[in-house]
Amino acid sequence: MINVSPKCIGCNKCVPVCPFAAIQLIDKKAVINEACTLCGACVQVCPVQAIEISREETATRDLGGYKGVWVFVELVEDRAVGGAAKEGGQPAHAKQGRKIRPVTFELLSIGRKLADQLGEELCAVLLTDKNYGYEKDLGAYGADKVYLVENPELYEYNTDIFSTAIVALTHKHKPSIMLYGATIMGRDLAPRVASSLYTGLTADCTALAIKDGQLLQSRPAFGGNIMADILSPRSRPQMSTVRPNVMKLSDPIYGKIAVTVREDIKIDKGLRRVKVLERKLEKADAGVKLDEARVIVSGGRGMKTKERFKHLEELCRLLGGVVGASRGAVDMGLKDKTHQVGQSGTTVSPKLYLSFGISGAVQHIVGMKASDVIVAVNNDPDAPIFNVAKYGIVGDAHEIAPKLIEALKKRKP
Amino acid sequence: MHIAVCVKQVPDSTEVKINPETGTLIRAGVPSIINPYDHFALQAAMELKAAHGFRVTVVSMGPPQARSVVQMGLALGADDGVLLSDMAFAGSDTWSTSYALAKAMKKIGKVDIILAGMQAIDGDTAQTGPGIAQQLGIPQVSFCVKVDVDGRKLIVRRLIDGGHEIVETRAPALLTMIMPKDYVSKYPSFPAVHSSLKKPCHTWSAADIGAEAQYLGLKGSPTQVAKIYPPPQREKAAMSGGSSQEAVEKILEILARENFVE
Repeated sequence: MINVSPKCIGCNKCVPVCPFAAIQLIDKKAVINEACTLCGACVQVCPVQAIEISREETATRDLGGYKGVWVFVELVEDRAVGGAAKEGGQPAHAKQGRKIRPVTFELLSIGRKLADQLGEELCAVLLTDKNYGYEKDLGAYGADKVYLVENPELYEYNTDIFSTAIVALTHKHKPSIMLYGATIMGRDLAPRVASSLYTGLTADCTALAIKDGQLLQSRPAFGGNIMADILSPRSRPQMSTVRPNVMKLSDPIYGKIAVTVREDIKIDKGLRRVKVLERKLEKADAGVKLDEARVIVSGGRGMKTKERFKHLEELCRLLGGVVGASRGAVDMGLKDKTHQVGQSGTTVSPKLYLSFGISGAVQHIVGMKASDVIVAVNNDPDAPIFNVAKYGIVGDAHEIAPKLIEALKKRKP
Repeated sequence: MHIAVCVKQVPDSTEVKINPETGTLIRAGVPSIINPYDHFALQAAMELKAAHGFRVTVVSMGPPQARSVVQMGLALGADDGVLLSDMAFAGSDTWSTSYALAKAMKKIGKVDIILAGMQAIDGDTAQTGPGIAQQLGIPQVSFCVKVDVDGRKLIVRRLIDGGHEIVETRAPALLTMIMPKDYVSKYPSFPAVHSSLKKPCHTWSAADIGAEAQYLGLKGSPTQVAKIYPPPQREKAAMSGGSSQEAVEKILEILARENFVE
């Protein structure tokens, strides 16, 4: 139920922000009609808290009416996508506009499995100023349907605008599950949406499964020291965020095109309460993202000098990876902070993590232990990094790195 | 202007140890600290206070012993402190925690800027800040490293993938904070700690903030923990040593075996 209390001052702020034109001003009071989806956009902008959505209905809501698995499609500027993250690749038609961030395809891959188990649809939710045939790629990775909101106001991410649109779509179509990438965008958007819907949200899931019709979400806690299985038994949609590179990418089936369903959602400019004044990407290699890298070659204090650390960059080029660094190496000035892996840096989960001269402080370990294959080179046989590594090499990192470069070059004609 | 800073008491995760027999967490003897991101948020608030003379209130939710992080905020220079402490809050997930903190903000009254750590190191969810903003109907800016205030206008530098952006918003707003690379954490001096003991520190219950029991604690939380278990143990690393040349050959063999080179 939505109610406008006598506190309403007739300021008219709520009328333009309603995505469904469900509010009129009658006798200087806001009156809400049956087009209302309880999305709460008006509640957000009311300066006197006169509009209230009572949550009574959420306690008794019919969960059976919620069907389908949704994946939020994250679009990024082309240059912000790391070269190493290019798995699957995208055909030329996506080139003109923004690109679909690879984590979206990973979410579709796991989402497909969940949808099949439930016998329900897999839908991608795409908010953009212009659609560049994105449905082809989304379909190839398993989406049955794409809910497309095309509006000039969606030219870049904005918390209020995106969350309002998604909440509105959720009220209309009632999905059972909704997945987001645990990226800077996803981690900003998902909690806002979940809060508005009074529904459960589980961050950084490392596994998702269906158990007795419910979404079972597994995630690490306490810096990866324990695992927790989380359920959202009483509310829908069940929402999760998943870090890039955690879910296995399925093989795309090109030609399987998702059905596009256009959704007309009105977006008021007044919802843009946060405006971007300036955006800066740092240096050429800053576009390369550690958290999406497939291969990371990482160095620690054991690399000793900046010159020797450069060997790791060469190794990265040969292996198609991204350079990482321990906090120790960053503190010594061997590499700048944007490359730092660990609790106070970036959490990574590449297929290969090749470390040189990193002993493995807890802060570092929690940031990289989710990597598929960890190969560690260190001169101390008791270094803690060997506790999480699959392969340990005891030796001098700064000597081994250049020799490995030579050897790799010889192999490549 | 009035700034409220949300802080959380967390176990120091660098000190967390695992029982090797059972694979479970040893909680006993693990020191409690202020969440480092919240510590930075407090310092950011103090800088604004020093520059503009703003009032700062530090707010936490937790068991009675969480009072120590509120005290820490007061010692760093906050004007007053609030601890939400009530058995009714126990077991609250991020939704219910946001609900309670939003209710507390309403009781505090006119709050212009809310600062919170980007996430807490025990849960790493980064959900409570945006939840508070949504419940209050105010804009949020997450992953902020620097805040400048000009009248009601907030100019904020925030992290994005591979760089940063400068955004503008207006108070009231909620900002979640993350340490910039040149950050150094400051601790209060002994005299500051001593004099902070005289500052007001209120303890509020669910009833005090008008929070409804049905949205609090285990019962009111949309998420439920079904099971806690030790992470799957990794097998011990396959170790090898020898000369640098032998090491290189070993690495090449591993890279080939794992299909990273042909």
